[in-house]
Amino acid sequence: MIQIIDLHKSFDGLEVLRGVTFQVAKGEILALIGRSGYGKSVLLKHVAGLIRPDRGRVLIDGEDLGRVRGRELERMRGRLGFLFQGGALFDSETVFENVAFPLRERTRLGEPEIRKKVMDLLEQVDLIGAENKYPAQLSGGMVKRAAFARALVTNPEIMLFDEPTTGLDPIIACAILNLIESLHSHFGFTGILVTHEIPSVFRFVQKVAMLHEGKILMVQTPEEMQSSMHPIIQQFIAGCVEGPIRYH
Amino acid sequence: MKLVRKVGAFVLFGVGRIGRMGFFLIKAFFYASTPPLKLSRVLKEIRFIGFQSTLVILLTGAFSGMVLGLQGYYTLTRFGSEALLGPMVALSLIRELGPVFSALMVTGRAGSAMTAEIGIMRNTEQIDALELMGLNPFRYLIVPKLLAGIMALPLLSAIFNVIGIFGGYLVGVKLLGLSEGTYFSEMGNYVDMEDILGGVYKSLSFGVLVVWVCCYKGYYTGFGAEGVSKATTQAVVLSSVLILVWDYFMTSLLF
Repeated sequence: MIQIIDLHKSFDGLEVLRGVTFQVAKGEILALIGRSGYGKSVLLKHVAGLIRPDRGRVLIDGEDLGRVRGRELERMRGRLGFLFQGGALFDSETVFENVAFPLRERTRLGEPEIRKKVMDLLEQVDLIGAENKYPAQLSGGMVKRAAFARALVTNPEIMLFDEPTTGLDPIIACAILNLIESLHSHFGFTGILVTHEIPSVFRFVQKVAMLHEGKILMVQTPEEMQSSMHPIIQQFIAGCVEGPIRYH
Repeated sequence: MKLVRKVGAFVLFGVGRIGRMGFFLIKAFFYASTPPLKLSRVLKEIRFIGFQSTLVILLTGAFSGMVLGLQGYYTLTRFGSEALLGPMVALSLIRELGPVFSALMVTGRAGSAMTAEIGIMRNTEQIDALELMGLNPFRYLIVPKLLAGIMALPLLSAIFNVIGIFGGYLVGVKLLGLSEGTYFSEMGNYVDMEDILGGVYKSLSFGVLVVWVCCYKGYYTGFGAEGVSKATTQAVVLSSVLILVWDYFMTSLLF
């Protein structure tokens, strides 16, 4: 469903992506791991069509996201949901208004149907009672859950998660991952999950890809990844300072 | 050679920025002229840019008119022409001060807020979120502000003029003893429709200018709180300077 072929991207002469290639099959979730600041979010924004590649292609069901413009791009984006690192909730609107926003703007549903759909979804993400609160009044975990509800409200075929557990305590982080797992089995979306939650995510993702020095080092199942003898993967999963990955 | 290269790079950078600003305006007008139009957003922006600026316009308009009345009276008295105080106050306000001061006030009150709002939305990925919902940020954020600016500025300018003329009346007639009939009848003799239309055209163009500069600066803001604060300052300074520069060209064209 998602194919990324030989993707290159530079910013001010700094080459961030140097020929990334991988694919995600329909209904699968792929966990994208790698060091912080090395292009995982940039890669995810390419899949969302928010950044255009210098070279290479992002195909969604065979359609090249880098070549479509205007309404066609808007239509393709309508198939995507994106959970931003900071939630990206509209801060002048309540949780209910945030979740209802895509339905009000993109569909012809009446207000009673919108209310029902939003409240059902808020119940699924355990935010009943917080629907009239503004994002500034929510905890980090609640912001993520509200943003997740907003991303899911239009039943996207593809969900992109940009470090959904960053800045959360381990219990809330685990709750968010459980939520992704249960909503994935409920909605059946295809997903890419940028994360550092290793090995927690391994229990429900189908594939794991490691981005290293601008390229995909390996795409494997979680089991293969955990038993990999590759020194870089071993060091990264174990979280060791000693090894081939240098840090500054 | 190094100096030439630096100058060249500076010129290219400047031309690039002007081009990007121009393209931003063209895009805004393109989306404003094609459906769908977010009418509720336009009304919300009219309330913010127009209605909520009324108080500051009333205050500045009243005192500008009063100062004009005072200064005008003493200056005209030197030439024995104090009977022309009414036309002097009215023409100064309608042709220049009303449109220019209203635009400057809107820049300070609403323009800076526009830049900060859009800048924060950009930095917190809210604009990206809009795009990912398949919504065009121009249509949703910029167009309503542009249309509201075009509609609100001439109205605010008209309010400024009316209250300014009343301020001049208070000082000239009630305080300094000029005859009420002279103040208003001479105004009727000297102020033409052309003067009023000239003021309206100026306000319309200032409405575009303020929204254009302030939205552009917010849309392409720098990172973090410092980036937004810089963008806001630049937006207010650039808008204010451009209002005065554009006013000169409009005056030389219109009158």
